[in-house]
Amino acid sequence: MSRYVILISFFIMMGVFAVVLDRMGSGEYNPRDIPTEFIGKAAPGINVPDLYDASQIVKTEDMKGQVWLFNIWGTWCPECWREHAFLLELRKMGVPIVGLNWRDEAAEAKSMITKMGNPFIKIGFDPDSSVAMDWGVYGAPETFLIDAQGMVVAKHAGGITPQVWREKFKKHFESPAFSSQQNTAQESL
Amino acid sequence: MNLVKPSAQKLFFITALSLLVTMFSFNAQARFETHDFANEQMEEDYNTLVFELRCLVCQNQNLADSNAELAQDMRLKVYKMLSEGSSKEEIVEYMVARYGDFVMYRPPVKSSTFLLWFGPLIFFAIAGLVVFSYVRRQKTVADKVVDEQQQKKAHSLLDDE
Repeated sequence: MSRYVILISFFIMMGVFAVVLDRMGSGEYNPRDIPTEFIGKAAPGINVPDLYDASQIVKTEDMKGQVWLFNIWGTWCPECWREHAFLLELRKMGVPIVGLNWRDEAAEAKSMITKMGNPFIKIGFDPDSSVAMDWGVYGAPETFLIDAQGMVVAKHAGGITPQVWREKFKKHFESPAFSSQQNTAQESL
Repeated sequence: MNLVKPSAQKLFFITALSLLVTMFSFNAQARFETHDFANEQMEEDYNTLVFELRCLVCQNQNLADSNAELAQDMRLKVYKMLSEGSSKEEIVEYMVARYGDFVMYRPPVKSSTFLLWFGPLIFFAIAGLVVFSYVRRQKTVADKVVDEQQQKKAHSLLDDE
């Protein structure tokens, strides 16, 4: 009897182990992921100079009334290079993305943007992690979704892929508020 | 080549010595940058905080031990906040508001950290129960007294052969 108990609990443990490994492999579960404290709370401020124009301050409030993404990236981060093409695609779809260039050299950051294209409407420059810490960022890339009221709705640590976009972010851009936002964006083009 | 096989005594000595060395090396706290502190209290607070706050990049190190860039910036933030007169509690609050309880090496006891705090105790209790019941079963088997009748029966069985 007790032998069966041992055997069954062994198989249960193996099963749990296999499921966790599988979910880690498919990217659904990341044991290093730290859940953000900001979901449902007001987005923190940005308040750092723009990478291209130090006299301009990039602010969270500037985006009020829009659904937007806040993407933290650096030239030192290979995953950021990988997600860059998809960010460009999102930009084409009319998704406003504010970038935060984190712990980087301004010249290198600019040259990456020149080479790979610019998916951002603005880029804050944060060489000493002041904004990154305020947003609870612990790696790059990380992406926050902020709604029209300035609340953080979703966050993803790691590169944005079409799958992540579909599962985490897309639905928030399908509201009527966003389509009207898109229309005005297209009119202004 | 003349390889001498170390005696057991020697081996024991070497092992004990290396264990001692490892134990003490944990005390050697890595210092990456030096700060000027206004007073001893501030220095003490700083050292406590960088010891108790977790580096979020290399997640099994505290800020004091980590040379990750984010850890550097977090140490600097701790230093700046202390210089500006923030209390230890305020700094911990600042970090927890952004990074969650995970940033603390000693998170508060609450429903989400219950397993973390008491899990080991629970496992220990379960293991204790298993061992206890196992030992008791063994004992009852050993305690079974073979009475005279059974002994006779055994003898007769053996004699038959």
